[in-house]
Amino acid sequence: MKKIIALVLVLVMVFALSACGQKDSGEAVVKIGVFEPQTGDNGAGGKQEILGMQYANSVQPTVEIGGKEYKVQLEIVDNRTNAENGPSAASELINRGVSVVLGSYGSGVSMAGGTVFQEAGVPAIGVTCTNPQVTSDCEVYFRICFLDPFQGTVHANYAVNEVGTMKAMTLAMLGSDYDLGLANYFTDSFEALGGKVVSETFPEATSNFVSYINRAKEEGCGVIFAPVSTNYAQLIIEAASAQGYEGQLLGSDTWDNNMVVESSTGKDVEVKITTFYQEGGNPEFDEGIKAWINANPDALTNNGGNDMVSAVTVMGYDAYFVALEALKAAGSTEPAAVLEALPGVSYEGVSGLIEFDEIGDAKRDQAYIKTANTAEGVWEFVKIQGID
Amino acid sequence: MEALLPYIINGVSAGGQYALIAIGYTLVYGILRLINFAHGDVFMVAGLVMVYTTSSMPLYVSIPIVLICTVVLGFAIERVAYKPLRSAPRMSLMISAIGVSYLIQNLAFYITGGLPKPVLNPIPWVSETITILGATTKRVTLVTPVLTILLVFVLVYFIKNTKIGMGMRAASRDFETARLMGVKINTVISFTFIVGSFLAAVGSILYFTNYPSVAITSGSLPGLRAFIAAVFGGIGSIPGAVVGAFIIGLCEEMIKGLGYSTFSDAFTFALLIIVLCVKPTGLFGEKVTDKV
Amino acid sequence: MINKYSVRKESIVGIALLLILLAVMTVIDFFLPSYHIAVMVIKKASVYALVAVSMNLLNGFTGLFSLGQAGFMLLGAYTYAIFSIPVAKRAGVYQYFDGGWIQFSIPEFFSEFLGETIGLNMGIILTLILGGLVAAFFAYLIGLPVLRLKSDYLAIATLGFAEILRAFFQWPNLGPLTNGSNLLKSYPDFKSATGYVVLIGIFIAMIVLLVNSTYGRAFKAIRDDEIAAEAMGINLAKHKRLAFIISSFFAGIGGGMLAMYMGTLQALSFKSTMTYEILLVVVMGGIGSITGSVITSFMYIASMEWLLRGLDSGTFLGIHAPGVFKNGFRMAVVSLIIMVVVLFFSKGIMGDREFSVKGIVKFFDRLFGKKTPKNAGGDGNV
Repeated sequence: MKKIIALVLVLVMVFALSACGQKDSGEAVVKIGVFEPQTGDNGAGGKQEILGMQYANSVQPTVEIGGKEYKVQLEIVDNRTNAENGPSAASELINRGVSVVLGSYGSGVSMAGGTVFQEAGVPAIGVTCTNPQVTSDCEVYFRICFLDPFQGTVHANYAVNEVGTMKAMTLAMLGSDYDLGLANYFTDSFEALGGKVVSETFPEATSNFVSYINRAKEEGCGVIFAPVSTNYAQLIIEAASAQGYEGQLLGSDTWDNNMVVESSTGKDVEVKITTFYQEGGNPEFDEGIKAWINANPDALTNNGGNDMVSAVTVMGYDAYFVALEALKAAGSTEPAAVLEALPGVSYEGVSGLIEFDEIGDAKRDQAYIKTANTAEGVWEFVKIQGID
Repeated sequence: MEALLPYIINGVSAGGQYALIAIGYTLVYGILRLINFAHGDVFMVAGLVMVYTTSSMPLYVSIPIVLICTVVLGFAIERVAYKPLRSAPRMSLMISAIGVSYLIQNLAFYITGGLPKPVLNPIPWVSETITILGATTKRVTLVTPVLTILLVFVLVYFIKNTKIGMGMRAASRDFETARLMGVKINTVISFTFIVGSFLAAVGSILYFTNYPSVAITSGSLPGLRAFIAAVFGGIGSIPGAVVGAFIIGLCEEMIKGLGYSTFSDAFTFALLIIVLCVKPTGLFGEKVTDKV
Repeated sequence: MINKYSVRKESIVGIALLLILLAVMTVIDFFLPSYHIAVMVIKKASVYALVAVSMNLLNGFTGLFSLGQAGFMLLGAYTYAIFSIPVAKRAGVYQYFDGGWIQFSIPEFFSEFLGETIGLNMGIILTLILGGLVAAFFAYLIGLPVLRLKSDYLAIATLGFAEILRAFFQWPNLGPLTNGSNLLKSYPDFKSATGYVVLIGIFIAMIVLLVNSTYGRAFKAIRDDEIAAEAMGINLAKHKRLAFIISSFFAGIGGGMLAMYMGTLQALSFKSTMTYEILLVVVMGGIGSITGSVITSFMYIASMEWLLRGLDSGTFLGIHAPGVFKNGFRMAVVSLIIMVVVLFFSKGIMGDREFSVKGIVKFFDRLFGKKTPKNAGGDGNV
């Protein structure tokens, strides 16, 4: 009995192997790799980013490269959020013969994958990985989002100039490089402006933020800057409202999520976030993607059950078109040619104009500031903020 | 004192929630000598069921559904994953528990799509914010410890005065002898899991009313803390688990209040190790003699 | 029953097998690019094999149920990374901490006077061993209080220690040493998969030798019956401590090599989930079987990272069912398989048997119709 089961298992594996090699429909296909977390801590964000790419793929399923029509095929591979699974996920993509890679949501796993992409010479377009080190140390990595130092500074300026407070609290998850990196840049800028920062960290899987809010109240912090992931953002809003915190909550791009704004509905809190895109900024796009999400039950689940568009989805959408531009410019599906063409790409995306500087970072000097309308449960545009 | 009050209120509330989970650990450990690693995940599933049911059904339907689903899950886990291993070494049982926990988390991920689920329709009255002695908090924070203590009294009365309660006590004293004396051991064990899961479901409802977002990993940390509370209070002892849970809850909030939040988990574990090394039977545990 | 002829034949076959393995590895390294998925799988699986075997030494051979593996791997990984990042890169890596406290790199130091290739590799190996020693030292300290505890208490206490260690490594005040919660990267790595396989082969061979020595027999005696073992004159405390330290030493080295494989290092990866994953690999391979752990590591990593990916992305085995094969399905299937193994095949694929050269020789002898004595000494080899 056991032997039969073992045999079946072996057969399954052999089939799985041979299945990898198949697929030949005669049609010319160009493959774009999607290197995103679908499981683990960033699974939620990664999936929303993929939605943007899938929608873009449904809008524009073909591309003309060197005078020939190619069908674009997305190869989605899960990197499970953590660095441990980054290298193998990256090489799986290369194994599938992708011309260019999009992703990832988190910076840590992008760096882990970056070494593999570098060895293989396959270009990668980071979508929302904001750590400076992703591109600075890796020649094949580009990115279309703004960076942590920029975002941290925007928040510090906003806190001092608009909120008018000189005392802030940073709240970050222990062990997350994203959280603590941003908190660090915020602190630097805020202190440079003469402010004082109380820094707090919380262990992973914390759900009780009441004590942190109490501390902020005691210390008299006018703002709490919390560059944390979606799940914690919801809980922080809840705790702030329950404790009657009177200052403002400042959130980073991860907060731009329909679940965050939903959880602030009916609460007595003031939330401000920086993000890449303002819903309503491009009505045509909004309408299209909402219809697509609503028509597709899986997409609806992955978007958290409603059709509100997250900034990361928009970024995923733009990244797809940047990749297509690069493919067109390269005139070939060879990764090396795409890599050469990428620095010269200029694309007017939904989130604004995308061009790369010499390091491979997007030239972005402004962020959208949005606030949560707690009466209606939607994000509202406040202003465009740069750093001067 | 004024500054400390919010932390104390918060700590007592956290303690109450841990206590409801800790009882499940302590009852199961008392009888099977098994750390039921899946208990924290049962707690998480109860939260998920609550999210789904409260958004589509009225409260008087959804809460019973949450309780029933959780109880059925606890019962099923015992029947499927632990019962076949009753004569196996304790290590296999524990590995099975770890496997179940892994499976529940992955299945929950597959079904929910992995996004943390916000609790959009919390139970009305208890989730309102109130002010007590100058500290603002939710009503559930005050309800939790009261309800916990009430449930514990009912449970203790039950175990002392019913036949199946007697069976539970007998089984935790000496498994083999109890079986020889005609205690229906499978019924007793199933019942233990049912009681544990029921309390976890109640704890879950209160917990996710207070912290309204259910993630796949939401159960692991409260689960681990509750287990530590159970050990601290003396595993196998219900009052011990409750007292241990309140102490752990308070300590944790105090540490955050002092600004050492980096080590709030580390402290809990350090406490566990110290207790295990200095007084392995915990605060209220009875001394167990190892049978050769 | 030792027969001179068969011993010689065994060693010849054994050496031949090793040579074949080495040749295969060289061919793979030569023909496949370093970023090929097969190379990645071999690297990661060999690291997992070492860690699984080290866990098996403790859980399977000594009967100490420890769940601290991730903590010791963390120690080894950080030691390796901290002491091997090139000096020039430190300012970039420790971007928030002014380049950190430590301003030297062991592999760089060696490559300066031993040449680029030999020196660098030697430096890497020495730093890995240093990581193992740090893990072993902490195991000694932790073992003092913890090893007196019984089965599940020991498990939960070691789990706790692993979490405490992780909290310390993430502590911002230790940032100049550990880089706090931020990533460590840019440390050297072996250029090829052969390096991983050879090095890990040597370490596993050392564990095999240990298991077959007097110490190994004492460990097994403790596992089978502590009281009887003590009555036979085995010093329980000493042997348990020894097993704990040795297991942690190899876990530390495994952690260092995992860091090398990952390319970036963050304390967040070393959660208790990692320990559970390794434990489940050990269980599936068979508790008390070294070859079982090795084989399962390779099977597990290959299917997780490579073969079963189709389960997540819509098409598997040519079946196209995006409604069922969506993300998370792979993990769900794998955990179901694990549960089935735990419940119905509790001995795992190998039980406590080993896959030995002797077994292979015997198998071929039988195949070619040679008569072998039925009595194999009762050692239960395949």
